[in-house]
Amino acid sequence: MSTETPEGDIQLFQKQERIYPKRVAGVYRNLKWLAMIICLAIYYFVPFLRWDRGPSAPDQAVLIDLERGRAYWFWIEIWPQEVYILTGILILAAIALFFVTSLFGRVWCGYLCFQTVWTDLFIWVERIVQGDRNKRKKLREGPWTKEKFTKLAITHAIWLVIAWCTAGSFVLYFNDAPTLVRSFFNFDVSPVVLGFVCSLTFMTYLMAGFAREQVCTYMCPYARFQSAMFDQDTLIIGYDEKRGEPRGKHKKGADWTGLGDCIDCTACVQVCPMGIDIREGLQMECIACGLCIDACDDVMDKVGLPRGLIRYDTERRLEEKNHDLPISKYRLLRPRSFYYMAIIAIVGGIMLYSLLNRSELEMNILHDRNPLFVRLSNGDIRNGYDLKILNKTHNDHIYALQVKGLDGAIIEMVGAGDLDEMVLGVGADSVGQFKIFVHAPVEPQKPIPIEFVLQETQTGVSDRYESMFISERPH
Amino acid sequence: MHDEDKKKDIDELSGIETTGHEWDGLKELNNPLPRWWVWVFLVTCLWSFWYFIVYPAWPVPGGATKGTSGYTQFKELAESQQEIIARQQAYLEKFEAADFDEILNDPALYSFATAGGAAAFKDNCATCHGSGAEGSKGYPNLNDDDWLWGGRVEDIYTTIQHGIRVHNDFDTHMSQMPAFGKEGLLKADDINAVVDYVVGLRDGKASEDMAGHTIFAQNCASCHGTDAKGLREFGAPNLTDAIWLYGSKRADIYHSVFYARAGMMPAWKNRLDENTIRQLAIYVHQLGGGEE
Repeated sequence: MSTETPEGDIQLFQKQERIYPKRVAGVYRNLKWLAMIICLAIYYFVPFLRWDRGPSAPDQAVLIDLERGRAYWFWIEIWPQEVYILTGILILAAIALFFVTSLFGRVWCGYLCFQTVWTDLFIWVERIVQGDRNKRKKLREGPWTKEKFTKLAITHAIWLVIAWCTAGSFVLYFNDAPTLVRSFFNFDVSPVVLGFVCSLTFMTYLMAGFAREQVCTYMCPYARFQSAMFDQDTLIIGYDEKRGEPRGKHKKGADWTGLGDCIDCTACVQVCPMGIDIREGLQMECIACGLCIDACDDVMDKVGLPRGLIRYDTERRLEEKNHDLPISKYRLLRPRSFYYMAIIAIVGGIMLYSLLNRSELEMNILHDRNPLFVRLSNGDIRNGYDLKILNKTHNDHIYALQVKGLDGAIIEMVGAGDLDEMVLGVGADSVGQFKIFVHAPVEPQKPIPIEFVLQETQTGVSDRYESMFISERPH
Repeated sequence: MHDEDKKKDIDELSGIETTGHEWDGLKELNNPLPRWWVWVFLVTCLWSFWYFIVYPAWPVPGGATKGTSGYTQFKELAESQQEIIARQQAYLEKFEAADFDEILNDPALYSFATAGGAAAFKDNCATCHGSGAEGSKGYPNLNDDDWLWGGRVEDIYTTIQHGIRVHNDFDTHMSQMPAFGKEGLLKADDINAVVDYVVGLRDGKASEDMAGHTIFAQNCASCHGTDAKGLREFGAPNLTDAIWLYGSKRADIYHSVFYARAGMMPAWKNRLDENTIRQLAIYVHQLGGGEE
């Protein structure tokens, strides 16, 4: 982006203007506080929730166990084979974002995104230590005094502590939380964990402390493609030009003739965390947080005018008002609302179905490649297979294996000790691996399709696997 | 340089100095490098100086500078190998102490043995027996249940140690089928008759009425047995089963009778260590034909 400075030089990069958002109070600010508290509470406390799964599995409610390749979410447990469920969650999240954006604009950005939440938190710290907008600006732009040094040091120290907690909480989702916290206090964490914590601490500190709105404006892809979800009926933050213009200073008690309702106090600009002037219309930087609405409503109350000079409204309605047209109603249900809802319902349905029908037993059979088959001394043909039994339950089980579709087939087991294909023991929450041979009196012929059937000996739960019985070299 | 060249060439439109390079009227602006880029560049420069000192970096006559850390990739390799050997050591000690019976019943030792055996097999045995131990004409298939010299783990172990028909090994499996045709031990008619009889054995159609039956009993049964089911003391194959090391066609059998067959396998006793041979024996045993 190139901009022209007043002196006429062309600048190839836009200079970052430091933003000092002013404190504001009001409905949307309260909503934002609430959203922040809920989001942070969830983020920091969820790793400590317990969920009893018996002795064979961890009791952490939400855990991604990379080492053992398991993901736990309360009653749901996912093995690496079921990673499609993660894909489903991502698709659902994306469509839900589109859906919400098409209806209410970028409310995700304004209230729930971690960049927003942590930036807000860091700004709050900044204000507690250094004071509000003007004081911060003065301190920052002023000379290096002892006061400036102390205040900045305290701010950055608190930021780093928050960033460290953020990073620490992140790794708790991948490890047993209480154990890891304890080992942190004992200075006994693995270099991997420490590396993750340090880099995430640095990233949080950098993103929420320094990059802030730059992330939303320049780095975030979602911010960009959310614009594509907008239409004329999407809620945006709009400045009522018809009512506000011509803007101008207004002395108390003076006549309003010739003036719009905007008194050009720039309160909306001062509170904006993105550093924009909403009166210029919808801009790509706007994260729809509504703080300018709170600021403006406050001013309107003071000058005794109705609220809502800046408000959540649709482009269509604002345009209609500008052109003195009859103002239509807000349309929540539009074709695209139904498209999104339909996609959410379909994807959600598929996921729900696959979760409800998630098998607790899975069998995999792999035919030997070398040799493809072996001729035995009595003329029988033998094929070898690798058998894997996935016992996803939290109990030990014994399974029986049978082969169907091959006359006179006999299963043999190879391995340590006495093995019996009718008594295959697999421990709770683990994979049993076995080597099996199947031999049968078969004349050389094309591969015979066969089917392995595995059945739990007590519960009768079973699984099937189709394979081949090979008796001649492929031509 | 002329004075003219020294004069700054300022681009009219942007007011930025150009590098003076021109291509068909296009001039290159001499914009400063982005500051972040410069910083990264400086850091990498500093890092490279550190690297020059700590690691081997500069070629000098007779090698290269050693670097203060003394690091080489050879050392790193040796260290990782040492690490692997140390990790194996725990198993190896148990493996050495255990006999075959214990190993065959202990899952941990068993998988240790088969893993080691599989690797050793690919290195030493696969040349003749094939990577899947499938063998080929003249080289036995180790997956099947037909064994010339015995299929128990102990038998396989002995065979690997001493080989087959190894000249200088006293304990090797030694036997020699006579070349009945080449050495003139049997007449042409008799050879044809006995080959027909063996073909009959192959197909399960041999009878005592066949001309070859008597010749077989007189010349072949001493090693192959009167029932032709072979004798392991001599490594004599079973002639009634479905497995034919040198081919089951009549011409193959004729060739075997006329010229005889005597495959060889090296003795591995002095080439591989005891543990590897034991691992190989267990690996071959579990390929599918192992006997109890």
